[in-house]
Order: sequence, then C-alpha cells, then structure tokens
Amino acid sequence: MNWFTSSFGSSIGKKLLMALTGLCFVLFLVVHLAGNLTLYGGGDLFNSYAEHLHSLGFLINISEFGLLFFALIHIITGTFLFLENLKARPVRYAVNKTGGGRTIGSFSMPYTGLFMLIFIITHLLNFHFVDKTNTTIYDIVTNAFSNPLYVMFYVASMVVVAIHISHGFWSLFQTIGFEHPKYTPFITGLSTVLSIVFGVGFGFIPIYISFIV
Amino acid sequence: MTTAKTINLNLKVWRQNGPKDKGRFEEYRASDISTDSSFLEMLDVVNEKLTIEGKEPIAFDHDCREGICGMCGTVINGRPHGPEKGTTLCQLHMRHFSDGDTIAIEPWRARAFKVIKDLVVDRSPLDKLIQTAGYISANAGGCPDGNAVPIPQEIAEKSMDAAACIGCGACVASCPNASAMLFVGAKVSHLGLLPQGKPEAAMRAISMVREMDRLGFGNCGNERECEAECPKEISITNIARLNREFFKASFFSSVM
Repeated sequence: MNWFTSSFGSSIGKKLLMALTGLCFVLFLVVHLAGNLTLYGGGDLFNSYAEHLHSLGFLINISEFGLLFFALIHIITGTFLFLENLKARPVRYAVNKTGGGRTIGSFSMPYTGLFMLIFIITHLLNFHFVDKTNTTIYDIVTNAFSNPLYVMFYVASMVVVAIHISHGFWSLFQTIGFEHPKYTPFITGLSTVLSIVFGVGFGFIPIYISFIV
Repeated sequence: MTTAKTINLNLKVWRQNGPKDKGRFEEYRASDISTDSSFLEMLDVVNEKLTIEGKEPIAFDHDCREGICGMCGTVINGRPHGPEKGTTLCQLHMRHFSDGDTIAIEPWRARAFKVIKDLVVDRSPLDKLIQTAGYISANAGGCPDGNAVPIPQEIAEKSMDAAACIGCGACVASCPNASAMLFVGAKVSHLGLLPQGKPEAAMRAISMVREMDRLGFGNCGNERECEAECPKEISITNIARLNREFFKASFFSSVM
C-alpha cells in the first residue's frame, strides 16, 4: 500500500473520512434548513425558492454528485468501522455498565445512521425523484404531509438526525484533532444547539404543513 | 458506602482453564469480608478457602497493590477496576460494597487481549505497541546541562499527565469498540510533547497506529468511556493530539 491508501485505510484515517464527510453533511443541512424555512412564507415563496435553486443548474448537479459521493464514503467507511468494532470484542461482557462517557448519541451512531439512510431514500423518493409536471413542489409537500403517517415518520426521523448530530458534530472535531481548551467547550455546546436547531427546525415543518392543509 | 465492619457477598466469577477453554461463570460466597480490605484481598480470602477445600483458586493479576504498577484489573459489574473513579482494583476497598451484594467479575474483553486463565489476560499487545515506537532513541554522549533544553512548565505538566499511564488496559476494556487509542494517545503525547521526543514524532505516530490496527484493537468512537474508567484519569485530549500527530505525520512528513 502506498502512503495515501495506508493513511486513509488506518483506523484514524477511516475516522477522518467519517469526520470530513460528516462536516459536509452538517453544512448541507444548514443550507437545506435555511431553504426549507421559506415554507413558512407560503407556497409562492417556497416555489420561487425551489425555482431559483434549480436555476443554478450546473452547480446543483455538482453539489448533488458531491453529496452522493460523500454519502457513499460515509456509509461504506461507517459499515467497515462498525464491523471491525464488533470483531474487536468477540466475547462480549455479561454485565455492561457505562462509566459515564457514553451518550444516547454516541452509542447509537451506527443505528441512527442506518435509520437516516432509510429516511434519506424515502425522502428522495417523496420529493426529488417525483414527477413534477403539472404540479409545484409546494403541492407535492402539502400533499405528502396531509398523510399523518408521513408526518409521524418525518418527525421521528428528525429526532434521529438530532441524536446523530449531537454526538457526530463535536466528535468530528475531536477526530480531526481540533481540540483546544478555549474552543472545545464552544464546539460541544454548538453540537447540542445544532442538534436541537435541526431537530426542531426540520421536525416542525411537517407538523406545520399538516395543520394548514 | 457501608459502615459495617464485615460484609458477605455473592461472587459470580469468570473461570476459564486456558486460552482454548470456553469458560463460564461460577458462583462463590465471600463471607465475613472486612470492609477495610481491598478487592484483591477479598479475592485472596476466597482463594484461601478454595485452596483449603482442595479446589483451584481464582487466577488474577496483581503486583504492587498500591495502584501504580498497572498489573491488576478486572471488570466488576461491568466497570473496569470497579465503580470508583480514578482507582485501580487493588485500591478499591470493600466498604464501597454492601452486605449481600452480588458482584460479577469478568476479565478484560478484547480480541487483542487473550484470556490466559480465569481473570488473567495477555496484555503483551500493549508492550508490542511500546516496542514499535513508544520510545525515544537516546544515543550515548555527554550528559546535557540541566535546563539547557528549556521546556515550559505547562508542556511538562501535559506530558507528565500522559505519562501517568500505567498500561493497565482499562481503556481497552472499557471502550465499547475495544480500541487502544487512549493508551497510544498517552504514549504519543508524553513523548511527543517534549523536545526529546520530537525528532521521532512522525515515525512514532504512524508506526504505533499501524501496529495498533494490526494487533486487532477496534476504532475509536469518541465515546469517552476510556477517560471515565482510566485509573489515572488520562484525558481524551491525548486522543485528539494523537489524531493531530497522525494527520501531520501522514500528510506533511516524509515518513512513508
């Protein structure tokens, strides 16, 4: 193996891939949430936001392929890490007890991750790979969230996203080695704030839509 | 914490004849255990009784019994070195248990640590890590003057905090992924922070991480269980420093 593959193939290298791709997803979510907030401005505003977004054309295609590529890295590396970690302790403990380090977010990372993958596929099938002739994206959204099952699934998924980010965000900084007595408390605080903002910000939209339709 | 002079306990101890044996839990009664005794002394009392009865005593690791050698350590009710913070097993006193408690005692569990017998595990993979690069090369020569190499107090303290590692393996045992990152992080930090350790810092980070992976330790998930269970309370700051050192060494040094 050359230095490049052996660096990224090592345990820290794989974590680095998770951290860097994870950071990209967080940045994507910030943009996504900002865009979604236009829903509160009504159908016209939301539709014009979608139109402006798609008028970027080429840039959107690049971003989409970039996100897909990062998602593949995140999923494949995450699966490797999960399986390696299982293998690292072939005989499990009979009694398991935390010393106080683990959080809901940290111990559930692989499972919340898998749930998010299912959510993202559903989400893309609902709103992205959908026939948009003779209808607007606002109509598609309102139509979907008139179904209480969808609302429940989306809200639950956003709770899962929040849990994943509550550990993932500060953890990615630890992994890339950005750790400092002056900034780390801010980053861990921001981790909690971000997970709440994403959870509430995205999670309230389906509820709001289901009320107005 | 109990105020009783003596307590009686039910023990569920992992017994395993050798590395090839499957192993199982066996139950023992520990009667009239002085609350002033340490956990290891409690096991001594149980073993004495077993020996008198003509049974095989429970094998467990121990040495200095004053919390500094890193030899002892088993998992007590799911917690490496037991429920007290910053304590090795030999310094865990029985007053922290109550009369009638059931205590499950298991060996460190990790693919890299093979069970030799009962509660004794082979921790030589940690030694292998040290042999790989956990050292500085000090070539013979004249002794440098004291204070000829200035080291800020803060750096000396950070290095010393990492050097407090006694290599007991509780970090690996407590890690949900059986990762040795806190151990390696402590070694890379305690040497790499000081001028004497800097020349080999890049080689050290890369070699130790590769060896750690080869030995079958898991991957760090930043779950912080290691720093919660470390008897020397070594911080995961050292893991962040290892990550940094590895990153620097991998992409900005000439070490292949």
